[in-house]
Amino acid sequence: MADSLLLNEEQQLLRESARGFCREQAPLSLHRKLRDSRDADGFDRDLWRRMVELGWTGMAIPEAYDGYGFGHTGLGLMLEETGRTLVDSPLIATVLLGANAILETGSEAQKAELLPRIVAGELLLAFALDERFAHDPGRIETAAVPRNGGFALNGGKTFVLDGHVADRIVVVARIDDGTESPANIGLFLVDATAPGLEVTRTIMVDGRNCANIALNDVAVKVDDLLGGTAVARETLDRVLDIARIGLAAEMLGSIEEVFERTLDFLRQREQFGVPIGAFQALQHRAAEMYNEIELGRSLVRAALAALDDPASDKDRIARLASAAKAKLSEVFFLVSNEGIQMHGGIGMTDEFDIGFFLKRARVAQQFLGDAGFHRDRYAALHSF
Amino acid sequence: MSGELERFRQETRDWLEENCPASMRTPMPPEEVVWGGRNAEYANPDSKLWLERMAAKGWTCPQWPAEYGGGGLSSAQAEILAEELSRIHARPALTSFGISMLGPVLLEFGTHEQRLEHLPKIVRGEIRWCQGYSEPGSGSDLASLNTRADLHGDHYIISGSKIWTSYADKADWIFCLVRTDFEAPKYQGISFILFDMDSEGVSTRPIQLISGSSPFCETFFDDVKAPAGNIVGRLNDGWTIAKRLLQHERTMISGFGLAGGQAEGGGASEGTVESIAMRYRGDAEKLSDPVLRDRIAQFKIDSEAFALTSRRSAEESEGGGPNHISSMLKYYGCELNKRRCELLLDAAGNRALGWEGEGFDEDELSLAREWLRSKANSIEGGTAEIQLNVIARRVLDLPDLTGILRGKR
Repeated sequence: MADSLLLNEEQQLLRESARGFCREQAPLSLHRKLRDSRDADGFDRDLWRRMVELGWTGMAIPEAYDGYGFGHTGLGLMLEETGRTLVDSPLIATVLLGANAILETGSEAQKAELLPRIVAGELLLAFALDERFAHDPGRIETAAVPRNGGFALNGGKTFVLDGHVADRIVVVARIDDGTESPANIGLFLVDATAPGLEVTRTIMVDGRNCANIALNDVAVKVDDLLGGTAVARETLDRVLDIARIGLAAEMLGSIEEVFERTLDFLRQREQFGVPIGAFQALQHRAAEMYNEIELGRSLVRAALAALDDPASDKDRIARLASAAKAKLSEVFFLVSNEGIQMHGGIGMTDEFDIGFFLKRARVAQQFLGDAGFHRDRYAALHSF
Repeated sequence: MSGELERFRQETRDWLEENCPASMRTPMPPEEVVWGGRNAEYANPDSKLWLERMAAKGWTCPQWPAEYGGGGLSSAQAEILAEELSRIHARPALTSFGISMLGPVLLEFGTHEQRLEHLPKIVRGEIRWCQGYSEPGSGSDLASLNTRADLHGDHYIISGSKIWTSYADKADWIFCLVRTDFEAPKYQGISFILFDMDSEGVSTRPIQLISGSSPFCETFFDDVKAPAGNIVGRLNDGWTIAKRLLQHERTMISGFGLAGGQAEGGGASEGTVESIAMRYRGDAEKLSDPVLRDRIAQFKIDSEAFALTSRRSAEESEGGGPNHISSMLKYYGCELNKRRCELLLDAAGNRALGWEGEGFDEDELSLAREWLRSKANSIEGGTAEIQLNVIARRVLDLPDLTGILRGKR
């Protein structure tokens, strides 16, 4: 059945191999090492090459563009596993946001040129959308003014994942053609070396790559406008929804990991002569977390399945994307906080890994819209 | 989909078109729920017709074997039947504890003779069953029960009392937990026995709840005789069956939460929470109270996630029956239903606070009573705390404190 919430055998094998890969080649200690060494790239290029060789970049890209056509569920499973060990990689910025922006809005020529290069690991992208302290895709002020047969871009972007390592940056800008049409949003491919582009890396609490970007009269050609024209708001939303669902899958993996680590601790740590997991006050909180995680898992599975189901309409995907992002944000908050509290003093030490999940939770909550943003959107999609 | 299943769908659709009375395709008011039994009452005569037709096909229990009166359908066929019933908004032809609780354990633990005797009558709605579990001194600690059954020749003499017996005053037979060995540890001296509520020595007394209704009874057994052959499973091994039946009960109760997540609830809550909130506030496009709007959105997201989880759990346990996840579903379904009732009261403001008489319409009057009744959801069928215990121990494998302390003594 097309919309089954269970994984088929192929998907299960895919997940197992991804889990093994992350455990052995991209453990949490690698994340710590990148942070401690203040790595200039913020990710391990050698590891990325191996991920490319395994085909992760082409997982959800159609075979026509050298991808492998495993669909969004396939990519979602990879993200779930990278979430478990908090892998720093271009998977979200390049594959989830960048590739899908091209796939959903690019012209045939742009897709044929760019997507195979993403699959081959030759091209890193960033997606520059946010401009203020919070996600607000309905209010884009970065402007693209027609000039010399192309456009001149002016504005500022923030919270741009992988902004400082990307070869090209997809800049979301309002096309200022003299009319007041709010629908005139364009996605521009800007070269990282373009004159007038100023990229400043920002060090985030979770250690992931981010940047602020200033655009001062950055000249782009018409060919660099994805699709050669403005995109409808709902097309931009679809790109964002695919990314929100993928991000929710990554969050699910992190949540599972922090929960399992906490359960292990509850079984092992003894106080008053018994494992602290024997105390009902902690058992009930653990059981409540389990319930919430199971609900979150169902939303992630359903949302990924909806993306892979050609019969899904845009409203269904939008509702599931917002439901999943809202719910997973809440659950990640809950489980990462309880993870610290239940570990007690040792959970507060930098030496112990559990704190990484609390830090990641806060950034992931905020990225692409927090729970409040998505509950508001969910209500609007349900006409109330 | 295979041609055979497609054919089954078409035949089912045609049959339902012909046999489901028009009034059975409308929302069901609570007083028209069909429970069956010797003294069955039909507020709507079509209900009787609908039950008879569905029972003749065995479709009140679609997946039970045909030799016991069931429909003998595969799970794929049963799913199609459910879809076709829901497509025409057909009411359930029969609601009973025989279907949701006793039947499944008779199929698993009963003898062929016991199944032949009881299952067909459950399918046809001829016998209404009640559940003799809780006792005044045995609530969450159910296994401490004291109702005794002593063997006298070929029958048992049962004495003691039960409480919170749902609809005991209307039931024909009871499935009952009794102590048959007072020397054994508490979990090992319990047996699961069936007997007729018309037997001499059985009496019931309804209990009025805070909601004003009386769905539960106190039930007394004063030297009641039951044939020895009415024990299900092995003597003194009733706890195994008791726990299994509780899983079925929890799955049933978790359905309360499912109903709340759908577009329409029944009875008082006709329409969604948000539509009721907008109606009372006179809002057309967007709910003007931002706090209530956010809480309703959160509730709806959780309801949607819960419905998906129920479906995923059914897919995962395909054929295997309920498992420990039934505790999670029971817990969350009940919490969702309580949240729904609270939100409905917030949505309707003081219009939801009437108790009886003039000044409120019927729907408004039932809001407060449904809200009060919902508080029992997280107590009946195992309290919320018991469900969390089951999840912690059985699913999460956390240590059992009482076991550890016992070992240390």
